[in-house]
Amino acid sequence: MSEQFDHRHAAHCETGVTSALLRHHDLDISEPMVFGLASGLAYAYLPMIKINSLPLLSYRMPPRMIIKIFSRRVKGLEMKFENFRNPADGLRRLNEKIDQGEVVGLQTSVFFLPYFPPDMRFHFNAHNLLIYGREGDTYHVSDPVFSHVVEVKAKDLQKARFAKGALAPKGMMYYLDSIPGKFDFEYLIPKAIRFTAKMNSRRNPLPISGIRGMRMVANKIEKLKNADPRYARLFLGQIVRMQEEIGTGGAGFRYMFAAFLQESGELLGNDALAQEAQTAMTIGDEWREFALLAARMNKQRGDQEFIDIADKLREVAGLEEGMYRRLAGVF
Amino acid sequence: MKKIEVPQDKSHALAGETKAIYALDETGKVGVTETSGWNVEDLVLDQALEEISRHTEDALVRAHKGETSPLEYHMYHQRMDLPMLAQAAGQFKWRVRRHFDPRRFAKLSAEKLIRYADVLDITVDVLKGLPEKNE
Repeated sequence: MSEQFDHRHAAHCETGVTSALLRHHDLDISEPMVFGLASGLAYAYLPMIKINSLPLLSYRMPPRMIIKIFSRRVKGLEMKFENFRNPADGLRRLNEKIDQGEVVGLQTSVFFLPYFPPDMRFHFNAHNLLIYGREGDTYHVSDPVFSHVVEVKAKDLQKARFAKGALAPKGMMYYLDSIPGKFDFEYLIPKAIRFTAKMNSRRNPLPISGIRGMRMVANKIEKLKNADPRYARLFLGQIVRMQEEIGTGGAGFRYMFAAFLQESGELLGNDALAQEAQTAMTIGDEWREFALLAARMNKQRGDQEFIDIADKLREVAGLEEGMYRRLAGVF
Repeated sequence: MKKIEVPQDKSHALAGETKAIYALDETGKVGVTETSGWNVEDLVLDQALEEISRHTEDALVRAHKGETSPLEYHMYHQRMDLPMLAQAAGQFKWRVRRHFDPRRFAKLSAEKLIRYADVLDITVDVLKGLPEKNE
């Protein structure tokens, strides 16, 4: 059973793992569908969390939230989460589940996974992957962000599962405990879309999140012209890196959201959603345009100024606001 | 973005791997496709890696002069920074910073050294030593 695991390349680890788990249980729910139903799309500027003394930016819901919201929202779907204090217990439990033929999701640190290219190995503790089998202490891994399946040794896997620090995985493993007979899309899709739309615009809870967060970052970028040039470069670099390099990227999530809207539009026979799918694609393109501008600025190529980059971000914020407003009114 | 417009810049960071991205096909359907990297990503990644290696070099030079302990060098070398190391080792930042003092570092208990070595994924011997050159 384990050898012919249906591995599919996904744009994001968490949604990819969830989709693969469902697929393994004969529920064909695509990655964008998981992302959309979990209301994964977001934006947040978190100046209080520093990474290499630069603020954290995020273009989606915080790690673990996608899986958790998804399993809470879908009735009849029960995802079991287990944490371990003792690594040996964690390994024993994993082996137990694998040997029962179960497919198990794990939260890991990227730094300790040897199959990642060296330049990609950072201390990021919330990477998700699936274990679908083992031979002795070699585990068969379906890592959704890779185009092919990989293998990992127990020694490395244990380090990755019990890495310490921010978002420490504490050996977290999860598996599907019960699955719903069918997905009530008529109920789930409107609920999820309304939530995404309101959270990011009208009912935005915090000034650092949603479109208000984007506008705040735009103001920060504009003020960079008075800042130390080295800091300005690092700050811009950080924004782009958080956006494009880390995991899926800001634009990547917008594209994935577009795929979700399109799929939903077809399922519900709703043309307005299909229309907004096109908007979401355009927004993704604009995010990439913004990244390109910022990177050019860093390379001191072209004649753009900080104000141009800030204005680009404001333009994107305006587009997203329009999309959220329309989506909130679709149902 | 259309599938044919997806950048294929063969990123060296991906080392031959590919990433999945959603894009439009000819019929206007959004589906998954592969990218071998984008120049813009590489540029900012290189910049971040450069910044880390600048810190690492700097810490190594100072450690050789006796101005800091090998701990600071190994921290940067293992791609961590002070808040990260402090959190991972379960120490206050000011305590970790104190252990950057070579005299205090030399007096650290075996237990503390093991704890640092574990979170940095190196052996205690490596942690106590300093290479001639950073690689």
